[in-house]
Amino acid sequence: MNAPSITTAGQTQAVTRAFDLGAALKDSLKTALIMLGLSIPILAYKTDQSGADLFLTPRWGLVAIICAIVFGMRLVLHAFTASRAYRQATPSSHQATEPVHAEPSAFQHVSKFAIPFFLGVALCFPVIIYLIQGGLNESRYWVDLGILILTYVMLGWGLNIVVGLAGLLDLGYVAFYAVGAYSYALLSTTFGLSFWICLPLAGILAAFWGMILGFPVLRLRGDYLAIVTLAFGEIVRLVLINWVDLTNGGAGISSIPRATFFGIPFTAGEGGFAQTFGLEFNGMHRIIFLYYLILVLALITNFVTMRLRKLPVGRAWEALREDEIACRSLGINTTNTKLTAFAIGAMFGGFAGSFFAVRQGFVSPESFNFLESAIILAIVVLGGMGSQIGVAIAAIVLVGGPEILRNLTFLQAIFGSGFDPNEYRLLLFGAGMVAMMVWRPRGLISEREPSVILKERKAISGSLVKEGHG
Amino acid sequence: MEIFVQQLINGLTLGSIYGLIAIGYTMVFGIIGMVNFAHGDVFMLSAFIALIFFLILTTWLGISSVVLALFFVLIIAMVLTSLWGWAIERIAYRPLRGSFRLAPLISAIGVSIFLSNFVQVAQGARNKPTPPMVQDVIVLFQGESGYNVALSYKQIIIMVVTAVLLSIFWYVVQKTSLGRAQRACEQDRKMAALLGINVDRTISLTFVIGASLAAVAGTMYLLYYGVVSFNDGFVPGVKAFTAAVLGGIGSLPGAVLGGLIIGLIETFWSAYFSIEYKDVAAFSILAIVLIFMPSGILGRPEVEKV
Repeated sequence: MNAPSITTAGQTQAVTRAFDLGAALKDSLKTALIMLGLSIPILAYKTDQSGADLFLTPRWGLVAIICAIVFGMRLVLHAFTASRAYRQATPSSHQATEPVHAEPSAFQHVSKFAIPFFLGVALCFPVIIYLIQGGLNESRYWVDLGILILTYVMLGWGLNIVVGLAGLLDLGYVAFYAVGAYSYALLSTTFGLSFWICLPLAGILAAFWGMILGFPVLRLRGDYLAIVTLAFGEIVRLVLINWVDLTNGGAGISSIPRATFFGIPFTAGEGGFAQTFGLEFNGMHRIIFLYYLILVLALITNFVTMRLRKLPVGRAWEALREDEIACRSLGINTTNTKLTAFAIGAMFGGFAGSFFAVRQGFVSPESFNFLESAIILAIVVLGGMGSQIGVAIAAIVLVGGPEILRNLTFLQAIFGSGFDPNEYRLLLFGAGMVAMMVWRPRGLISEREPSVILKERKAISGSLVKEGHG
Repeated sequence: MEIFVQQLINGLTLGSIYGLIAIGYTMVFGIIGMVNFAHGDVFMLSAFIALIFFLILTTWLGISSVVLALFFVLIIAMVLTSLWGWAIERIAYRPLRGSFRLAPLISAIGVSIFLSNFVQVAQGARNKPTPPMVQDVIVLFQGESGYNVALSYKQIIIMVVTAVLLSIFWYVVQKTSLGRAQRACEQDRKMAALLGINVDRTISLTFVIGASLAAVAGTMYLLYYGVVSFNDGFVPGVKAFTAAVLGGIGSLPGAVLGGLIIGLIETFWSAYFSIEYKDVAAFSILAIVLIFMPSGILGRPEVEKV
């Protein structure tokens, strides 16, 4: 628990005052008591069902452990704030005082090597996994995980255009993902169109929907915009569930045609991919192809975004994010600017959606609920709104992290055999979003490169960037 | 006709629950201008607290009178949910004052995800049915086709409790010094602070009041439907927010009025049009009101200061 009162008191008195153990202990005890109050019914008693009746199982041991952990953490926090206040009272000579500094920052040094490194790893990923696991079939799990992460990287980058660049908080992004997925599913199953025709169509349709949904919300700002986009996202999902004639309702659309290698199907027989290229047939060929497909799609998203930032429309987005009124008084057409942001963001969502459909071979409305929007938003927020590499890192951490935790067997030894980190994934997501807003509201990578450079490169500290007034 | 009267009764009952939740949204928005996205999940949490205490009281302590048990459950749920409301404000919202404008909303979404998954992890993902609490009904009149228009004791309890608590709450906001401080903070936080009002404390108390009214709604929800699950917070939360916006966000009578209207629209929509699209109707109203009538029925138009 955070206590501003302690911080401020610490800052003024820290030079003379040493760490006051008594007060810290008392405060920690108070925090632990509050934790006890919070956990009394909900943690202390678990409701279990036997037949028609509910009965309660007491779990006071768990409550005691959690209260002890809270007590300990609070004490550590006290010690930490005391030492930080002491450090702040005696600043080191190297501490940067002005937020804009001419020489490239540490982040820029790192990013110079990090970006080619990440790109290289992403390109060679299937090969590396093949060598480590020693076989195509053995590496299937990891390549699948790679595809999943890249899908979220792409969605994050798509949403980043709307949230990070244009400063429009969109809580219904998953609607465009759904539009893309259903476009491919319906076009291919009804008209038999191939994936390569449907992919651009899905993007165009999603962009079109982005415009339709974007148009009514142009006048809204901030919170209201977020809530209306949330409502639209839910409406799209509910329509998908209830319009059974078109979408087959909650049962979803299955047996969607698989992707082909530019027309050559991944089948074992005559004219298949393996035979054409003289390889031995293996189902993994298709998976690896899908991996490279989503990698290329994600890189296109990134490339287009980076280029758009330098165009007038991209600069207008960022201006809009900083201050809408100033933007308007400088003669920027805010209507068009917002609509292009919605449409382009939606288009990439549509691409990702149609990739999702071709990969799964099955779509149902349940894949497109609000939680999915929230996860994509969490990726953008935790990555640092507007930072491309930050979004990629956040996607790897948030999507890949829980999967890796699941494979760590020693965790199961500690928490018991029924321990599944995936259960706690969303719990941690939620807590992470709050923690991020409290401690690093600008995200993991808060420093960002200016889009346009005058004479020399300067890093802009995140604390100077005032955003989100749109 | 019989169906109409019956739906009117059902709609008003549902509407009072929405109205109670909507007050939490409207007060918080009025005082700090943020959408407390987690409020719906606080409501869900309070229903779980009520469920557990109802079980403790009836099965372990052997209180046989349901009304007495409900009374205690209501008070305990209000106290414990207030503690949650207070803690959430303290941890997730207070440090963000002065941060950029979307920060509190993102934080609130985080709290919302956290709370629903916390309850899922702590209590399991299945629906929790309660033993039926109050089952008697009063048959008001019988239609020609044999359709009974019934007013159940449950519905009477819900409407009476709602009315009583709303009037207590109304008295607090209008007549006490706490209410004055609250209204002052709503108008101008800086000026209120200059005049010696403890703004942080007032905001905390706003969250506490909002959460305790959500706890009343949660207990009533449990009494009415007899079942609760960890993801029951989202949709009622959005509907209550719709109610707050429809009534005019920031206006307390507006929240109650909006709640009743949303409750009536939902039940009549389900009865006469289609039950599948009732949530679509609620979400559409939200979008339409925000786009075309952002100040709602009783709200003041927002003046943009540059």
